[in-house]
Amino acid sequence: MSIKSILLASAVALSPFAASAQDMTIGFSQIGSESGWRAAETTVTRQQAEERGITLKFADAQQKQENQISALRSFIAQGVDAILIAPVVATGWDGVLEEAQDADIPVILMDRMVDASEDLYLTAVTSDLVHEGEVAGQWLVDTQAGEDCRIVELQGTTGSSPAIDRKKGFENAIAGHDNLEIVRSQTGDFTRSQGKVVMESFLKAEGGENICALYAHNDDMAVGAIQAIKEAGLNPGDDIKIVAIDGVPDAHLAIANGEMNATIELTPNMAGPALDALMAYKTDGTVPPKWIQTESRLYTAADDNQAIYEEKKGLGY
Amino acid sequence: MIRNPFLRRIAPQLIILGIVLGLNVLVFPDFFHVEMKNGRLFGNLIDVLNRGAPTALLCVGMTLVIATKGIDLSVGAVMAIAGATAASLVVDGNHWTVAVIGALSVGALCGMWNGFLVAFLRIQPIVATLVLMVAGRGIAQLITEGTILTFLDPGLIHLGAGTVKGVPTPVLIWLTLGLFVAYFVRRTALGMLIEAIGINEASSRLAGINSRVLLVCVYVVSGIGAAIAGIIVAADIQGADANNAGLWLELDAILAVVIGGNSLLGGRFSIVASLLGAMIIQSVNSLILLSGMPPEFNLIIKALLIIAILVIQSPKVAHLLYILRASAPQSHPKQLPPFKESKR
Amino acid sequence: MTDERRPMLQAKGISKFFPGTVALDNVELTLHAGEIHALLGENGAGKSTLIKCLTGVYRRDGGMVVLDGTEVDPTSTHHSQTLGIGTVYQEVNLLPNLTVAENLYLGRQPMRGPFVDRRRMNAHARETLRDYGIRIDPAQPLATYSVAIQQVVAIARAVEMSGKVLILDEPTASLDHDEVQLLFSVIRRLKDRGLAVVFITHFLDQVFDICDCATVLRNGQVVGRLDLATASRNDVISLMLGRQLAAQVRAPKPETAGKPLLQIEGLQKTGMLGSFNLDLHEGEVIGLAGLLGSGRTEAANLIFGAVKADQGKLRLRGKDIQVRNPRDAVAHGFALCPEDRKTDGIVGELSVRDNIVLALQARQGWMRKVPRKKVDAIAEHYVRTLDIRLANLDMPIRLLSGGNQQKALLARWLATDPDFLILDEPTRGIDIGAHAEIIALIGRLQQDGMALLVASSEMEELVAYASRVIVLRDRNQVKELTGDEITSENIIRAIAADPRMEVAE
Repeated sequence: MSIKSILLASAVALSPFAASAQDMTIGFSQIGSESGWRAAETTVTRQQAEERGITLKFADAQQKQENQISALRSFIAQGVDAILIAPVVATGWDGVLEEAQDADIPVILMDRMVDASEDLYLTAVTSDLVHEGEVAGQWLVDTQAGEDCRIVELQGTTGSSPAIDRKKGFENAIAGHDNLEIVRSQTGDFTRSQGKVVMESFLKAEGGENICALYAHNDDMAVGAIQAIKEAGLNPGDDIKIVAIDGVPDAHLAIANGEMNATIELTPNMAGPALDALMAYKTDGTVPPKWIQTESRLYTAADDNQAIYEEKKGLGY
Repeated sequence: MIRNPFLRRIAPQLIILGIVLGLNVLVFPDFFHVEMKNGRLFGNLIDVLNRGAPTALLCVGMTLVIATKGIDLSVGAVMAIAGATAASLVVDGNHWTVAVIGALSVGALCGMWNGFLVAFLRIQPIVATLVLMVAGRGIAQLITEGTILTFLDPGLIHLGAGTVKGVPTPVLIWLTLGLFVAYFVRRTALGMLIEAIGINEASSRLAGINSRVLLVCVYVVSGIGAAIAGIIVAADIQGADANNAGLWLELDAILAVVIGGNSLLGGRFSIVASLLGAMIIQSVNSLILLSGMPPEFNLIIKALLIIAILVIQSPKVAHLLYILRASAPQSHPKQLPPFKESKR
Repeated sequence: MTDERRPMLQAKGISKFFPGTVALDNVELTLHAGEIHALLGENGAGKSTLIKCLTGVYRRDGGMVVLDGTEVDPTSTHHSQTLGIGTVYQEVNLLPNLTVAENLYLGRQPMRGPFVDRRRMNAHARETLRDYGIRIDPAQPLATYSVAIQQVVAIARAVEMSGKVLILDEPTASLDHDEVQLLFSVIRRLKDRGLAVVFITHFLDQVFDICDCATVLRNGQVVGRLDLATASRNDVISLMLGRQLAAQVRAPKPETAGKPLLQIEGLQKTGMLGSFNLDLHEGEVIGLAGLLGSGRTEAANLIFGAVKADQGKLRLRGKDIQVRNPRDAVAHGFALCPEDRKTDGIVGELSVRDNIVLALQARQGWMRKVPRKKVDAIAEHYVRTLDIRLANLDMPIRLLSGGNQQKALLARWLATDPDFLILDEPTRGIDIGAHAEIIALIGRLQQDGMALLVASSEMEELVAYASRVIVLRDRNQVKELTGDEITSENIIRAIAADPRMEVAE
């Protein structure tokens, strides 16, 4: 099933509430457009609102908290029905969240958490970074089925929370499986070019034939590493298995071409669950849980990756 | 003592490069092993030459700019712009040569802009080039529309990831360009005239040197070098990454010039020494990757090695070495304090 | 000037050597309390070196300083200040963004606990400045006031901190008439308070206006002490410019000038030079005479295009030419050895060889490099003919002595084979031997048919080689002397002439 049809189906399922959503106005404070994923999240959020007939007021904070705070204030002043925010940092939100609460405007966090009292927001929709790593690790455990495997790891930017959590999750999953061993782990800064450079050094330091799998903290580094593997005369996806996280279009294309084995999707659709929870709260007062975890779906060669690639290409990745 | 003045000039850099390569062998005994694999030379030494290409290309122009008492902070951003330009041109269906010419023209234009600000408006180089450093990445993002603009044109990809008779193309490009410029500035009078305006622009002007045109020229060379580096980096990953291409690379280029023993106060310069500096930096990077240390140590190791290199090269230590060798002390060029390494 | 009084400051036999030159040679200076003492001399005569030796910027190489009866040996300006010698320079060296009071009391602010007691500081400052005859708000930033007021603040600070000797190094250079009067009233008050004041200036009027006596330096030596109540302007000028070489044999001058080379009509730039005219022939040496600031250097720079003129016409061999920058001038066969060798002449870190070939190479363009063989031939030729003393051609030119640097610069220009050579103070700050050689060289070049324009403060030099002398005063061309009229006396008279008397003539 394609993404679009899933979205359409959910829109149909929501149709009883469409009448009340018709005149709803929601403010969305986005961090910026620092990555392709972020751009896709913006696109999907707009789509989700449109499908529900909600008017979306969009504010781009350009990586600055003060811009987000003033955007929130202006939303409050305009008397919107609810606010979606992808907070740029974790701290310093109490004041403006209290202002929203005083104005009776529910706030939903997307993609990232804040260090503030749980009473101050309706719910938070995020993925679980540790879980993503666990899904990747579990896939490798299942694929190897007891066979020995020397793994190299491309970490994200040193010290960033996705790098720490995705590493932790992967290690959790392979713990206890003595056939799996991480032999080299180095940062590729989440970028394609560093992914390629570091993979080159792995190939030389370990010898390409001695590496069985690559785990990359994001797809971009994996795509760079694939090129390094090809240049070393090996077949990525075959000689070296590759699993990464994010589910960007180029990763689906690589899987479709047989150069990569699996990716775990960090869905850009945080708005869908967020808006569902909001509608339920507005129409019949259902209080959602404080944390809504998005699905960390595993995509492998079993999926129609070519089609998914075509779908996702248009989202602004 | 070495008689040949050219060899004497680059001797410290050669020695340091030798030491750092030696450290590489220490952590990875097969370091010098090079084999033919899949039709291309394969080995760590080749990686050093290949991965050092962007810094080497940047430091050619940077050496000339610094010789005029200037500095070019915009080269990293110009790389991003040039990569984005080349990528968007081939994606639009143009031949890859058109894309390369387009990217080089954009690089030259960026250099002209910097040169104009410095030579005609007399804005301090560090401020003048800061403008493009900040704005350039935004321009690149406008071209790529914020995404990694991927392309499949084999001609363009060849420039970054291809080989000629087994040698990676970037290696051939930087060696050819670097040595050509190094030869050209000495074969013509450019080198001397650039040094003259760097040391004393007032005197040079009174001697009839057209300092403004020369200033613009060196920034154009720097811009073109950055554009070539940008094309290579984009071709290498088959995509223009406006956010990350050339990020902080201007600092590596400046560092390469400093390790090359060139004074940030302008004047006498050696492009070959800067190129060796670029290779020294890349050998340090290689050492970090091969050592297998956790990435948390990367920056500390790099900083310690760079500080050690700069201390060895500092005038005071050089002076001490002279005294130790009991030969007559000579004058040493003034040098700024070690440039802090700030690559992530 | 009663010598029985104990002098406030006495410098005896001060000597200072720099590599290759004797900057001060056995200099004596005596200051009395309540006296304003002018220190006179052309640029490079040793005035500022003497001041720096007295205030501890330089360590003297010989002699002693006695201050108020005790021998002192200041090691820094701060030290000399605490001893009692304060200095104020032409450029106010205070902090313009701090307030007047802060500038006055910086480093010795009145404190209340750990905090600066601003109210007390401002009150003190207001009172102090009132004593100096100015009433301003000391809480305002210094930069809000005029240069003259800033000078007074600087003087007040120097006097309050030292209190025995005040040295004023060209304090009036950037002041207008009224501001000068304000400053003078302050200086007279200080004189009445019993300070010994050293006043350095190039304005002779001001010297006669305010000073009691003068010491004149020339080439690092004291050439005379004058009581200004009895001395005349001519006395001062002839001491400053010297005449002891007047008896020297004149270089042979051609009877008739060669073909016309360059005509300059109405060359001028506001604030630098009034309308300047010159008719120059081949094989002619034109002297430019005048005191410092009279427009000598400005004329040279304007002709060469180093500074762009407001208007004026240049005709070279009958054809109109444009000289917008030095490059144009070089292309027309001009050459200029500038007054300030260090900042405008040499390229210090470059080798002597590169320095010599620089102008020739610049004219040829960067594409056509002068071949190494030819460069060596040129460099070696001039090293030999000009007798440039060096270890080798690869050594940086900054390591050469002043005289050898000057010769290398001459070589730079002679290598371009110029038709017209402008020399601005060619013999300043170089040793006697090189001095004579350069004068001889000027004669040789003239005989070879080159046209020269020499700006110099060395009177007898001009007398020795000039076929005509143009006298400048207050940035205007005031007199042209030819043939037998060229004598030191006539030049001095033209420089010193009171403008009003000239009208009467």
